[in-house]
Amino acid sequence: MTLRIEIDDLAKYFGEIKAVDGVSFSVKKGEVLGFLGPNGAGKSTTMKMITGFLTPTRGTVRVCGHDVLTDPISVKASLGYLPEGAPAYADMTPDSFLRFIADIRGLSGADKKRAVASAAERARIKHVMFQPIETLSKGYKRRVGLAQSILHNPPVLILDEPTDGLDPNQKHEVRTLINDMAHDKAIIISTHILEEVNALCTRNVVIANGKVRFDGTPHQLESMSRYHNAVCLNIANVADTDVVPFLHSLDFVSGVEPLTSNRGFRVYPTQGKHITAELSQVIRDHGWQVDSLYAENGRLDEVFRSITLNSAQGEV
Amino acid sequence: MNMINIWFIMKRELNGYFATPVAYVFIIIFLLLTGFSTFYLGNFFERGEADLYPFFSIHPWLYVLLIPAISMRLWSEERKNGSIELLMTLPVSVQEAVLGKFLAAWAFTGLALLLNFPLWITVNYLGSPDNGVIFAGFLGSLLMAGGFLAIGSCISATTKNQVIAFVISLIVSLVFVLSGYGIVLDFFSSWAPATLINAVSSFSFLTHFDAISKGVIDMRDMFYFASVIIIWLFANAIVVNARKAD
Repeated sequence: MTLRIEIDDLAKYFGEIKAVDGVSFSVKKGEVLGFLGPNGAGKSTTMKMITGFLTPTRGTVRVCGHDVLTDPISVKASLGYLPEGAPAYADMTPDSFLRFIADIRGLSGADKKRAVASAAERARIKHVMFQPIETLSKGYKRRVGLAQSILHNPPVLILDEPTDGLDPNQKHEVRTLINDMAHDKAIIISTHILEEVNALCTRNVVIANGKVRFDGTPHQLESMSRYHNAVCLNIANVADTDVVPFLHSLDFVSGVEPLTSNRGFRVYPTQGKHITAELSQVIRDHGWQVDSLYAENGRLDEVFRSITLNSAQGEV
Repeated sequence: MNMINIWFIMKRELNGYFATPVAYVFIIIFLLLTGFSTFYLGNFFERGEADLYPFFSIHPWLYVLLIPAISMRLWSEERKNGSIELLMTLPVSVQEAVLGKFLAAWAFTGLALLLNFPLWITVNYLGSPDNGVIFAGFLGSLLMAGGFLAIGSCISATTKNQVIAFVISLIVSLVFVLSGYGIVLDFFSSWAPATLINAVSSFSFLTHFDAISKGVIDMRDMFYFASVIIIWLFANAIVVNARKAD
């Protein structure tokens, strides 16, 4: 097996507050795990325990086979970590900062030079290498933090909100960078930007109130939406009063609602089935002309809300 | 413990001192104060003796004021801006980080102390002092500075606020100095048993430093300062571990 990160029954209590309460999952080489959840769900706390910054109340974390409690130095050596807010030494320049990280990571001579140059190149900070970090914009600070985390080409990457505070172009660059590295690493990314689920992740874990609520692929996550495979349909030159009863009469349709934005309807399939082909066929057979017809993938924000809010109520 | 990591952390920290004007301001103030106190308060010329006793005797009091200004940022700044999370998730141990930072601060203080060499030249030009005693004085002063720095470093780890770190370090340092000062000991001597007075005064930096600065290099005094440094740094590592994520 190529399990790089194994987390078993991990918990962290701060007094009465159960920040993380029995979280288990694992990440393989080649996987990008999107770690989702509302603010305060326990994402950062979990990541801090994986990286050895926080000591768990109970449970185990193994990174590349090393236990974080018994061999923290080996765990820290085999991972790259971008903490929330990308802290760095403000009075250093990215160049001196990255060279310090390289020293600590055991790189020297030509290897060190190459590692610093390559990390700076990939994080696109080459032209700010000699300005004090405190004078850099939020986006550049984030990228300096990112360069720091990938400097030693670690087998495991833990990135806490890597695209937070970046503009759309910078977000795109960071996602491209992560995608480029994904094939030979195990990566955990925490985010609350749902568009990243499809742009980046091969798997998602959703947590709320310190517990895992979902663990599966982005597709599985989307298919939990009531909009999954719903079809938006517009038929030309036919009165709504004729269309609605007809659609209701079809056995593969479970519901119909009018679209608010423009003319047309949203048709819900029974049991989330794929109905686009069937639907367009019966409409044409009926002699009507289809103006537009497309299927929806599902809405992540709605799934996210239902997973995390239901669980919150369940706790009370 | 990985020595090379201690060295890298020390180097980074030391570079940090000189990245801002803080280091230069500190060194200038330190030199002004030692000069002022040696010549005016210590009556260097009027004494007519070829030694640096007036210079060294003011050191405990200067350190009480100035060392907390160096040590206050060692850990509280890391905690405040979150870089402690970065440092503590690099493959270094807490002990290495504590030692690296402490040694950087100590080396910096040592540099400031060495820059007083014109005084040494002056006293050698004017007379023929016992340079062995002067060497002992520098050594004792450096050891005492290490003691103050270890106290300050540990206290700096307890708070994110540098001003609080400064004030508390100053007060604790003052206690360590005053416990050997005549007035304080007199206060005890009227009612306390002699063993208690001896115990209190034996904890004082003043008692141990005074002996060294007069040229008496007693292993017990050296051992005392070494123990102070080790004990406070040990506590420092415990505090960092306990408070790093707060």
